[in-house]
Amino acid sequence: MAGMTEMKITEEEAMPEARSADSAVEPARHRPMGATARKAVERVTELGEQTVGEVRCENPFIVTENVDVYYGDNHAIQNVTLEIGKSEVIALIGPSGCGKSTYLRCLNRMNDSIESARVTGKIALDGQDIYGSDLDPVALRARVGMVFQKPNPFPKSIYDNVAYGPRIHGLAADRAELDDIVHTSLDRAGLLKEVKDRMDEPGTGLSGGQQQRLCIARTIAVNPEVILMDEPCSALDPIATARIEDLIDELSQDYAIVIVTHSMQQAARVSKRVAYFHLGRLVEVDETDKIFTNPRHKLTEDYITGRIG
Amino acid sequence: MTANRKNSREIVEAGLARRRRKEATFRATGMLATAVGVIFLGVFFGTLVMQGASAFKQTFIKLDVEMSESVLAPDGDLDLAYADFDGLVRDALRRGFPAVSGRKERRELYRLVSVAAGYQLRDELTSDPSLLGSTITIWVPASSNVDMLVKGNIDPAIDESLRPISDAQAGWIESLQQADRLETRFNKALFTNGDSREPELAGIKGALMGSFYMLVVTVALAFPIGVAAAIYLEEFAPRSRWSDLIEVNINNLAAVPSIVFGLLGLAVFINWMALPRSAPLVGGLVLSLLTLPVIIIASRAAIQAVPPSIREAALSLGASKMQVVFHHVLPLALPGMLTGTIIGMSRALGESAPLLMIGMVAFIVDVPGGFTDPATALPVQVYLWADSPERAFAERTSAAIIVLLGFLLIMNLAAVIIRKRMERKW
Ligand SMILES: Nc1ncnc2c1ncn2[C@@H]1O[C@H](COP(=O)(O)OP(=O)(O)OP(=O)(O)O)[C@@H](O)[C@H]1O
Ligand SMILES: [Mg+2]
Repeated sequence: MAGMTEMKITEEEAMPEARSADSAVEPARHRPMGATARKAVERVTELGEQTVGEVRCENPFIVTENVDVYYGDNHAIQNVTLEIGKSEVIALIGPSGCGKSTYLRCLNRMNDSIESARVTGKIALDGQDIYGSDLDPVALRARVGMVFQKPNPFPKSIYDNVAYGPRIHGLAADRAELDDIVHTSLDRAGLLKEVKDRMDEPGTGLSGGQQQRLCIARTIAVNPEVILMDEPCSALDPIATARIEDLIDELSQDYAIVIVTHSMQQAARVSKRVAYFHLGRLVEVDETDKIFTNPRHKLTEDYITGRIG
Repeated sequence: MTANRKNSREIVEAGLARRRRKEATFRATGMLATAVGVIFLGVFFGTLVMQGASAFKQTFIKLDVEMSESVLAPDGDLDLAYADFDGLVRDALRRGFPAVSGRKERRELYRLVSVAAGYQLRDELTSDPSLLGSTITIWVPASSNVDMLVKGNIDPAIDESLRPISDAQAGWIESLQQADRLETRFNKALFTNGDSREPELAGIKGALMGSFYMLVVTVALAFPIGVAAAIYLEEFAPRSRWSDLIEVNINNLAAVPSIVFGLLGLAVFINWMALPRSAPLVGGLVLSLLTLPVIIIASRAAIQAVPPSIREAALSLGASKMQVVFHHVLPLALPGMLTGTIIGMSRALGESAPLLMIGMVAFIVDVPGGFTDPATALPVQVYLWADSPERAFAERTSAAIIVLLGFLLIMNLAAVIIRKRMERKW
């Protein structure tokens, strides 16, 4: 019964958004949809407590167990259980406002700075409870880096942007070592060639794509174990996006990467697994191929075929 | 669909004229308002400059003074502190106008030069004792009434009994002018002297130094306290009923009439803490209380203007709250904080009411040399002079206002320059 009501809300949510798209396209969209729907096996339809698919993974590095997040009375994340493996790229997808960013920000406790936010449940990084009283969020964030939707370099020089993290954590013993960290980080972020002669210029003077790569360089300069990316390419053109995707590919050998994206193609290109969120619930998680070729939940299917969102 | 579209286009076009009219009316109103403001400002500055400009000049009279030993040291030994230098001046005047006779006439003659003339002669002799016995030619300030007549502030055409200069005096002045013994020069005394009962001796240095010491105290207290409070309230204080209450009170405090702060200063600093009356220290304390809310409000606004993305970036790298504040928020907010502080300071500089309450309205001749010496402040000096009956104080009042406005202008300019220079784009 509860599932039914929630389903209704879902449709009401989804419909206006579908309508807001160019109405001329809509019938065309429906035709192939119907075809796929008929071809598929029976699908889960209701938005229930249970996540469809495989939330566990072989070599879990981050384990979130029954996580709930509230913003005041707004129950933004509801009972999400998910494991994220070492050196895997997992993509979080879902319609706007479904809680992807909220979930992501739980993983490095960035929600701490939002006064109304309250997180319950268990989140462990490498077996250690990150909301435990013995864990300092400062130490956590040195291990879990984050790249934001809008490039946000500090209004400082390119060098200082990258050097900031190592400096505050005391990662470099001397100037030469710091130089080395800055150069390797910029190199790994694929930015070194473009900026090596202008390290003293302000980071804010770079192009959007360059700024985003600078932010990635700044994040990896701290040498984290996990990188969280919240729609890192949404402000970038296709070429800059491609560069960042290559970069994610490369980084995935050393880091666990959790990426929020609105682009199904991007999720398909970069991720090993995909998690589909809907109205604060984790609806379905599975290998990327499986999700995109044969989603097991009706909502997932609707979303990836363009009926929601 | 097409009919509909055409219809809406017609509606838009029909309304266009009305929109343009509204815009034109609004622009005209704005221009009118600006013009009224500019005119008032022009009248204000115009009259001020017209009245005050002459105070920057002072009339001087050339005298041939004989440093006669018989006058200065009638009984043989010379005591510079008590020697009769005024007698020398009187001798010189008598020799200049040998025709003048009679007690009353001579008294009038003596009144042509300022009492400063005697002091000036003493200074001359002190610096060069060999002058004793010789005759020197020296320019001494004329008395303020002579000064007024020369500057045209006294009308010689009106009845003699109605003006402070007699016909005889006017005649002597004319003959001095003809003999090139009368000149108007830059009025250095205005900037080097403290207050005086004699307008030609009165200067603003005492008030200027009083204001300076007060502002030093105010900056030293209000800036760090204000910025620290703003940082705490913005970055660290938990949002609660208490912090809301504090916020409301700070905003209220900024609007409290300044004289109330003076009363508070009198009760707390002078009566209870027994700090000296009329001292720049107490004035500075009162003015810090006065400017504190202004600085806190401006600093909080500056902190709020720092984009949250910068904070998030720093936090996500593992910066602690303190590091975020001191490495990122503060550098970005500093120009705004400094601007707020300078605006607060210029308000403090122009404040007079609270200073009246703590005794800084006294007649003080000496230029204060420290934070606890009795002093006045520039706006209080304006008030004191504006209250004086002598015509010569009127122009000095305007001159003091011009100086005050000059400082305010410099401070506000500094605020603009700091904002322009330090504000970074992000
Ligand atoms: N700072 C906040 N304070 C209160 N509510 C918030 C806050 N941030 C997000 N929410 C609410 O939490 C829910 C989830 O928001 P979230 O930002 O996680 O969505 P999202 O999936 O990232 O959406 P998008 O794709 O548009 O970025 C929304 O209902 C939103 O209104
Ligand atoms: Mg988001």
